[in-house]
Amino acid sequence: MASSGQVEQLESGRVSKEQLDTNFSDLHPEFDAHEAAVAADRCYFCYDAPCVTACPTSIDIPLFIRQISTDMPLASAKTIFDQNILGGMCARVCPTETLCEEACVREAAEGKPVEIGRLQRYATDVSMRADHHPYTRAANTGKRIAVVGAGPAGLAAAHRLAMLGNDVDIFDAGAKPGGLNEFGIAAYKATDNFAQEEVEWLLQIGGIELHSGKALGKDFTLTDLGSSHDATFIGIGLESVRNLSLDNENLSNVENAVDFISRLRQSSDFSKVSVGSNVVVIGGGMTAIDAAVQSKLLGAEEVTLVYRGSQTKMPASQYEQEIAKSKGVRFIFNAKPISIKGSVAIEHIEFEQAMPKPAANKNFVLETDHILKAIGQLLTEDSQYLEIEGSKIKVNSLLETSLENVWAGGDCVSAGDDLTVTAVAQGRDAAENIHSKLMGEG
Amino acid sequence: MADLTSNFCGISSPNPFWLASAPPTDKEYNVRRAFEAGWGGVVWKTLGSEGPPIVNVNGPRYGAIWGADRRLLGLNNIELITDRSLEINLEEMARIKRDFPDRALIASVMVPCEEQHWKDIVPRIAETGVDGFELNFGCPHGMSERGMGSAVGQVPEYIEMVTRWCKESTDLPIIVKLTPNITNIIYPATAAKDGGADAVSLINTISSIVSVDLDDMAPNPTIDGKGTAGGYCGPAVKPIALNMVAQIARTAETQGLPISGIGGVTTWRDAAEFLALGAGNVQVCTAAMTYGFGIIKEMTAGLSGWMDEKGYSSVDAIVGRAVPNVTDWQYLNLNYTAKARIDQDSCISCGRCYAACEDTSHQAIAMSDDRVFTVKDDECVACNLCVNVCPVDNCITMEQISAGELDERTGQPVAAEYGNWTQHPNNPMSKAAE
Repeated sequence: MASSGQVEQLESGRVSKEQLDTNFSDLHPEFDAHEAAVAADRCYFCYDAPCVTACPTSIDIPLFIRQISTDMPLASAKTIFDQNILGGMCARVCPTETLCEEACVREAAEGKPVEIGRLQRYATDVSMRADHHPYTRAANTGKRIAVVGAGPAGLAAAHRLAMLGNDVDIFDAGAKPGGLNEFGIAAYKATDNFAQEEVEWLLQIGGIELHSGKALGKDFTLTDLGSSHDATFIGIGLESVRNLSLDNENLSNVENAVDFISRLRQSSDFSKVSVGSNVVVIGGGMTAIDAAVQSKLLGAEEVTLVYRGSQTKMPASQYEQEIAKSKGVRFIFNAKPISIKGSVAIEHIEFEQAMPKPAANKNFVLETDHILKAIGQLLTEDSQYLEIEGSKIKVNSLLETSLENVWAGGDCVSAGDDLTVTAVAQGRDAAENIHSKLMGEG
Repeated sequence: MADLTSNFCGISSPNPFWLASAPPTDKEYNVRRAFEAGWGGVVWKTLGSEGPPIVNVNGPRYGAIWGADRRLLGLNNIELITDRSLEINLEEMARIKRDFPDRALIASVMVPCEEQHWKDIVPRIAETGVDGFELNFGCPHGMSERGMGSAVGQVPEYIEMVTRWCKESTDLPIIVKLTPNITNIIYPATAAKDGGADAVSLINTISSIVSVDLDDMAPNPTIDGKGTAGGYCGPAVKPIALNMVAQIARTAETQGLPISGIGGVTTWRDAAEFLALGAGNVQVCTAAMTYGFGIIKEMTAGLSGWMDEKGYSSVDAIVGRAVPNVTDWQYLNLNYTAKARIDQDSCISCGRCYAACEDTSHQAIAMSDDRVFTVKDDECVACNLCVNVCPVDNCITMEQISAGELDERTGQPVAAEYGNWTQHPNNPMSKAAE
């Protein structure tokens, strides 16, 4: 299903190609040099800046912004990459409104923070366009490390390990590297094949061998890696999708939102990507929003996002909700699906709406021809080797798993929070810890 | 409505805003537009001797420094005096004076430092109907290499001599334009007065290199790989100009000499500050060159509105009002004591006051774990740096400690009486003991 670019009985080409180009253009176009200078000038260069504290990768934000002000975008980009080698993608996908920009003192002062995300994008784009990879490898340590998963966590770990002088093998189940950056993020947030370009740029460090189409548990085991490599880092994300556990969930046109987003991202022609005319998205996170917005952009007439909790509990930020609303997505809160009706294809879905007590809950029905499920993802890793905590891989503060010489990070670990930037931070930190331990410093 | 009419050393204009002698006043076309926009007067771009006109460079003649969003803060130029023939200039000036009789029209003049040159040209220009003359002893580039402009303005004896020649040539008011490229403005100002000048105008531009092109390794503006010092003007020079104006206004030798204030006047407020420090009117150039002549409407409306608010009925009521409060350091009251106060409601917790004080001043601001910034009264010397680096208006202020209250830094109560350095026990020259 995901590979075909089609879901049975759904139409594609609901809007013109020209309209699709507009709809899927960059959400926040890159600053030009003057816009960047003006935006950079708004930074106060705060002491012990709150934005740095709020950044999971602790980028020295006032410094990189000052370097933009002084017309040194390459130096600025290096300040970013030093802490976050995927600073380019994070500039596009970070919910900055709940991280650095929320902490910006200008947000407190005037409700208008310094546009840190767009400034980061300016510096990193200038640097990557110049094909400038500002790192070289340390002397070879003679160590070889396996990284499982070529998503944000794995890539960050691999780069740091290679930089420190280790040789790295990345094993990735996908046909292409990038993980969720490649398959799981809305198209308008990472235009122009950015995810693949970023991986190619990152691999310029050297010493990293990428093995695509190799899945843990199928093509190799952790035991295999234990004997072939000095250490292993696991950054496999969450591969499985949570089910609604309703009858008729297997009917045609009930699709996982991540698969929908993936077939969109992997399509070179959005006019061939099918979508229903009356789409219901179930869930409240970023995946739900990305699926809902993109359904609308592909030409669905009605898109309704139904979340079981209240608006304030919704994991997607207020800002993301506003984007969805501005695109015409309708929101229904405090409602959970109770049945799906249909014979071959779905016809409608029934919800139970929670009402303020003492009123009794009431049910309602939405007509639909396309249901997108976005109620969370699950770890698929065979847990026979690794200790699990709350359905994710258990790690300690050094990101070590219960297995000797096996570290983990990103969405698959208990310490993760489903943010790209957190995955990068953990990949980087795990790499440092692995290196210290192998060098006898840990 | 306050009366903005200006009478400057006998020259009247509907408002005290003149355009300074510079590119905006180079020819009839510009001046006509300026007067139509509402400018009170114009000092025509400097006229030179008859004969082959001056030539200018054919590459860039301006350089600049910018603030945020390319806001122009300082401009430098290497343009010379008018490069059009004297005859054409005089014809145009006569037409302008005929069409705008209520506006001030001043002729700026610069000819070689020989008596006959000045005595020939001054009466000839007077025939156009101009209201007065401004002697250009200021330009620091180009003409100064030929013994004119600031080359004259830097030698008080020459100023006095040429001023006298001009006074002997006309009954019209003579304004002497002073260069700031000297050690003490009082010497040239006194020389102008001694030569019989009716007024001085200042400052002319400051000799400067505005920036260096680091690729070509040459000063900007660069002409075929080379650059030269130019004259600096614009908002950046205002503090230097204000100080020189105030010095002339408060020094015994020059007190009472009318001053036309020039240097970075960009808004009505800048003008009001020059007037308060003793200028009888102001001249504007860079602001007009940056934004066009339309700014005059902001300037006149702003000055008039502020005068109404403060109850000043005429321009003369403002002139020099702040002069009595300009003094020497030695007369400042050393017993006056203040402390910084941070308004926690308006504080945005950027920590700039902390960084500035901790790294570069008196370690008088405390920072808590949750980013609350407070003043340590036992360390604060009221230096004002925190106020100046704070990005929020009025968030940090200086609060006076009343007489009799304890100054926690010195452990002494604040003295009620005035006490300055001349009376201070630490001063070996102290007169207090006498």
